[in-house]
Amino acid sequence: MIEKTLKGKPAYWIWLAFLGMFMAVGAACYIRQYNVGLGLTGMSRDVSWGLYISQFTFLVGVAAGGVMLVLPYYVHNYKEFGRITILGEFLAIAAIIMCLLFIMADLGQPMRALNVVLHPSPNSMLFYDAIVLNGYLFLNILCGWVILTAEKKQVKPPKWIYFFVYLSIPFAVSIHTVTAMLYCGLPGRHFWLSAIIAPRFLASAFAAGPALILIACLVLKRVANFDAGRKAMNKLITIIIYAALLNMFFVGLEFFVAYYSNMPGHIEALQYMFFGMEHHGVMYNNLVPFMWAFVVLAFGAIALLVTPAARKNDLVLGIACLMLFVAFWLDKGVGFVLAGFVPNPLGEIVEYIPTMNEIGITLGVWATGFMVVTLLYKIAIGVEHEVEG
Amino acid sequence: MDKHRRKFLKIAGASVVAGIGAPAIIKLTATPALASGQGVAAAGHEAAPAAEHGGQGGHGEEAPQGVRLGMVIDLRKFNERPELLDAAIATCIAVHNIPEFPNSKDEVKWIWKAPFSGVFPEHSSQHSAKKITGNPAVSLCNHCDEPPCVRACPTQATFRNSANGIVAMDYHRCIGCRFCMAACPYGSRSFNWYDPRPYIKKYNKDFPSRMKGVVEKCNFCSERLALGQEPACVEACQGTGAITFGDLNDPNSGVRRLLDKEFSIQRKPSIGSKPSVFYIV
Repeated sequence: MIEKTLKGKPAYWIWLAFLGMFMAVGAACYIRQYNVGLGLTGMSRDVSWGLYISQFTFLVGVAAGGVMLVLPYYVHNYKEFGRITILGEFLAIAAIIMCLLFIMADLGQPMRALNVVLHPSPNSMLFYDAIVLNGYLFLNILCGWVILTAEKKQVKPPKWIYFFVYLSIPFAVSIHTVTAMLYCGLPGRHFWLSAIIAPRFLASAFAAGPALILIACLVLKRVANFDAGRKAMNKLITIIIYAALLNMFFVGLEFFVAYYSNMPGHIEALQYMFFGMEHHGVMYNNLVPFMWAFVVLAFGAIALLVTPAARKNDLVLGIACLMLFVAFWLDKGVGFVLAGFVPNPLGEIVEYIPTMNEIGITLGVWATGFMVVTLLYKIAIGVEHEVEG
Repeated sequence: MDKHRRKFLKIAGASVVAGIGAPAIIKLTATPALASGQGVAAAGHEAAPAAEHGGQGGHGEEAPQGVRLGMVIDLRKFNERPELLDAAIATCIAVHNIPEFPNSKDEVKWIWKAPFSGVFPEHSSQHSAKKITGNPAVSLCNHCDEPPCVRACPTQATFRNSANGIVAMDYHRCIGCRFCMAACPYGSRSFNWYDPRPYIKKYNKDFPSRMKGVVEKCNFCSERLALGQEPACVEACQGTGAITFGDLNDPNSGVRRLLDKEFSIQRKPSIGSKPSVFYIV
C-alpha cells in the first residue's frame, strides 16, 4: 500500500516539497539548539516550559479527538462514519508523532530520553504519559493498517483486531487524562491545580480533533475526489458543537471559582491571561490578545456551525472549523501552559516570548506532522478509490 | 497504600544513592560539626523512641525515623547584618561552581535574596512591620520531607536520600525535562540553558561543574557533610546564629532546641511538602 504515496498530481508533490522545506529549516534550527543548548529558546528559569510543551499538550488532544469517529462507528455501529474512521486513526498517528518530536525537542539531554524506560518511576505522571502515548500510537498503527489492508483485499477485517480497536477507545481518553495530570498534580501552581483540567482537555480535544478531520474531508473532496458524505459531516458538526460548548462551559467555571471565591492564587493566572497584570508598576499582558482571540473565534465558530444555512456551504463550514481549531489551539496550545508559570512561585512575573530558532523547530515539527498525515491519507484514499473502482 | 508508597520510595532512594549519601550519614552522626556548635551530636538517632518525636505531628502521623537534616534561618540576624547573607551566597557560588550568567533568564541560583512577600506569600499581612517585611528574605531548596519535585521526576534523577532527608540530584541521569521545575512550589530549581562552564568565575576543582541541559539546585552541601564539614552558607555565618543546621528528628540537636524555643515558620505550609528549612522572623 505504501506505493500509493509515490504517485500523485503535481499539486501533491508541490505540497510535499512545501512541507519538506519547513522540515529542513526545523532540522537546521534543531541542530543549532542541540549544539548550543535550550538557551536559544525564549524559555527561562521562571517560564521553564514554552511552545514545545504547549504544542505537545494541544496535539495530544488532536490525537485523542480521533476517538470521536472510532467510538460511534465501532461501538454504536454508526455506519456513516465507515469511510472516515480511518482518517481519525491516521490523524492520531501523525499527532502522536508530533507529540513525541516536541518532547524530544524540549529535552535538555535528548540522548538520555531512554532513562524514562531504564529507570521507570511509577510516581511520575510522565512515566504513564510515555506508556499511554506510545501505546496509543501502536494501537492506531495496528488498527489502521490491518483494517485498511482488509478493505484493500475486500475481505472482513480479522476478528482479533476488534479487541485492539475497542482497547484504543479508553487509550484515547487516557492519553489526554494523563497529560492533564502532568499539570493538575503540581501543588504549587494554582492555575493548573484544578480537577476540571482533564475534562476540559477532553472537551476541547473532542472539538479540535474532529474539526481538523472535517477540514481534511473538505480538502480531500476538492483535491482527491473523496466524498465523506453529508450525513457523516453533519454528525461530526454536532459532535464538534457539543464538545466546543462543553469546553467553553468549563472555562467559564474556572472564572466563577476564581473570581467569586476571590482567592488571589486562583485569580492571578486568569487575570494575567485575559486582562493583564500589573507588577511593580509594569503592565504584563502578552497573552491578552491571544486569549480574547480564542474567545471571539470559539463563539464565532460555534455560531456559524449552529446556523443551518452556513454549514451547508463548504467554504463557510471550512472556515468555521478552522476558526474553532485555531481558537482551541490558542486556548490550550498557547495560553494554558504559558499562563501556569505566571506569576512564578515567588510572586514575580516573567514573560515568555519564543525565539525565531524555537519557532523554526516548532514549524518543522508541525510540517512533519502534516507530511505524515498527507502520506497516510494518500494511502487510505488510494485504497478506497481502488476498491470503489 | 501510603505505607506501601513510602516503603517503595525508601527502597528506590536507597538503591539510587551512590557515593554521597552513605558516607555522609556516618560522618554526620560522628562529628559535632553537624550541631552548629549548640547541641551535642548524638549517634544512633534511629533508635530514639517514637514518643520523643511526637511533638509536631498531627493525628496518626508516623513517628519520624532516621536522620532528617534541616536548617533554621534566623532572619533577624540577617536584618541586623545584611553583609552576612551576601557572604553566605558568595560562598555557595564559589564552592559549587555556580555559573553567573549576564542574562536573568538563564540564571542559576542555589541560595538567593528575595522579597519577604515573595518567599512567604502565605505569611504576609496587610499591615506588617517594616522591620520584618521590608528586609529581604533568603530562598533556597527546602529539602522537603514530601518533595513534589521528586514525585514528578520521571527518571529518579532527583530523589530524597532516605538516609539523611536531603533531596539530591543525579546530574548524569537527568534528561532535562524540567518537570521538577514546574513541580517545585518554591522556585528553587535552575536549568542549565547553556553550557555553564564559561560562566564560572573561579573554578573549584573539588566540586563537579554541570553540563548544559540538566537541572540543578542546593544540595545542602552533601559533599562537605561527607567530609565532616558544615554546609558552606552555615560556615559563612559561623558564630552569629544566623543559620543553624542539624537533625530535625533528634530532639537534642541544635535545630530542634532552637525550634522548641522560638516561633518559626515554613514556606507555603498549605502545600503539604513539609519543608526542612525553618525561618525565625
